[in-house]
Amino acid sequence: MASLADPSAPLSEYTSLSRQDTGDFFGAEPMLPVPYRIHKRRQELSDTFTLELTPADGSHSLPFGPGQFNMLYAFGAGEVPVSISGNPANPATLIHTIRAVGPVTEALWDLKSGDVLGVRGPFGTDWPVAEAEGSDVVIVAGGIGLAPLRPAIYHVLNQREKYGDVCIYYGARTPEDILYRAELEKWRGQFDLTVDVTVDRATGKWAGKVGVVTRLLARGGFDPLQTIALVCGPEIMMRYAIKSLNQHGVANDRIYVSMERNMKCAIGFCGHCQLGPYFICKDGPVFRFDRIEPLFEIRQL
Amino acid sequence: MGPNEELGRLLGEHRFFEGMNSGSCDRLSECATLEQFKTGQYIFREGSAADRFYLIRHGSVVLEIHVPGRDPIVVDTLQAGEVLGLSWLVSPYRWAYDARADQATEAISLEVTCLRSKYDNDPALASELFKRYIPVMADRLAATRRRIIDKAKESRLTREVK
Amino acid sequence: MDQREELERLLCEHPFFRSMSPELQREIADCARSERYNAGEYIHREGEPADRFYLIRHGSVAQELRIPEQESIIIQTLHEGDILGWSWLVPPYRWTADARVMQLTRLIALDARCLRGKYADDPQLAYELLKRFIPIIANRLEASRLQLIDVYGEPRHRK
Repeated sequence: MASLADPSAPLSEYTSLSRQDTGDFFGAEPMLPVPYRIHKRRQELSDTFTLELTPADGSHSLPFGPGQFNMLYAFGAGEVPVSISGNPANPATLIHTIRAVGPVTEALWDLKSGDVLGVRGPFGTDWPVAEAEGSDVVIVAGGIGLAPLRPAIYHVLNQREKYGDVCIYYGARTPEDILYRAELEKWRGQFDLTVDVTVDRATGKWAGKVGVVTRLLARGGFDPLQTIALVCGPEIMMRYAIKSLNQHGVANDRIYVSMERNMKCAIGFCGHCQLGPYFICKDGPVFRFDRIEPLFEIRQL
Repeated sequence: MGPNEELGRLLGEHRFFEGMNSGSCDRLSECATLEQFKTGQYIFREGSAADRFYLIRHGSVVLEIHVPGRDPIVVDTLQAGEVLGLSWLVSPYRWAYDARADQATEAISLEVTCLRSKYDNDPALASELFKRYIPVMADRLAATRRRIIDKAKESRLTREVK
Repeated sequence: MDQREELERLLCEHPFFRSMSPELQREIADCARSERYNAGEYIHREGEPADRFYLIRHGSVAQELRIPEQESIIIQTLHEGDILGWSWLVPPYRWTADARVMQLTRLIALDARCLRGKYADDPQLAYELLKRFIPIIANRLEASRLQLIDVYGEPRHRK
């Protein structure tokens, strides 16, 4: 797992490259964005899009671990942290799914195939895909939260034999807001996987489930004592998903979440993303829940 | 704490216990305390043990969900004559929301462990207590549904499903 | 196995009744009958008298609200193991939403008048029913509120 504490540690299990090795790419300057060119832009939802990127100078994209993020720099607008959504076994094309919610993401929204943006990273901690080997895996995702989890899903499916029962439970606001719908439908067709999707509301045309995502957990399909749960989505959703996982017997030290807070430097220096004693950019964004539980509920005064 | 005539009377006066006989009110009064909350004071917080519920006599209480970095999301607002606190009835017996007095508020609190000791061997008393919750929950569910309809009308939910 | 025995067996399998004593299960079986609905059929409509409730054994049911001049909205779908209907417990005893069958559904219908007759004389039965309904309704209320508040964020619509 990436760690600033030890720059010679491998960036992820996907590579033996360390931060020291990749210093060349950064020009020994992790604050300097590397230009990447958009070779494809896909519209996902009414406000969400995916960019497929490769380095503008033709060099190789850096390998990454599932759960890591990059800082994306839109020239003239600024930087924003975005999780990587591609397949970690195939990092040649860098894939980011972005929701347009502010000035920087709106600027990224306007970019087209062939345009260039800046990329710094990868930063942060991975989903515990290695630690989860031998266990059942339950993935609970809500809304855009499926994007940071997709690399972990790819990893688990690529190495399916290493895991027990695998369940993917996804919730979205309405059927029109289901992210990666075609892919979810494809995964649902696999015999060695449980996939269930629900929405908060729908018109009469919808033939699927309507209800909170936590109801899908009642379906079971996993052994709570042998499960590692990966949870990602808006904080309220993660709070009630964790409550529900607890009620189904999954303990907090077997639940991992991905935290999102304002990041600036992404290298544990500026303190913008501080959560108690942790920096989300370097101690996270993926955390084991019991380690941050007392901090999770902190209210802004 | 023995039966408290005054509290028993106040319980009987509250809309939630309308129709309950005074003998039962006296028994339940042993579990009751009159409490005062200042404006802005939290009556309970999300996640803490739901060990009592409240009958609001005066004032107003907001049920809300806190979101870091944003204003809390208001779930409901409860007034005098209403009952505050349903989570004690259902696992995991922890408060699902924050409850904050948005005016000076007076309420009678009823302590759950004490109540259970009264109704555990008395199904008639248990039914008397539980059945009162049904119309309350029905009203609140109807209110939530009205808000869902309003939202659907606003946000043109009827675009075609792809 | 005759119909009555079959019914009792189905009742005791369903999560709602599983933990009830066999005597109470037998009482309730007096008010029960097995029903089947095809996809597209309505079990009941908003506003109709609510004189029963249902245990869903297989299939799926959409609870829908009708909106003038717009498509109806599904606010909840119910599936195997779920309970449909508690309006029989609350005045004015009318259904508050349509229940449309999405997929062929088998359920056990319980007649409210028959049950009311039984628990008028039997506080234990009243209590056993109430104590099971309360958590179900409370969870529906909480879920409904969470579904309302747009936890996933409002999408900003674009061209």
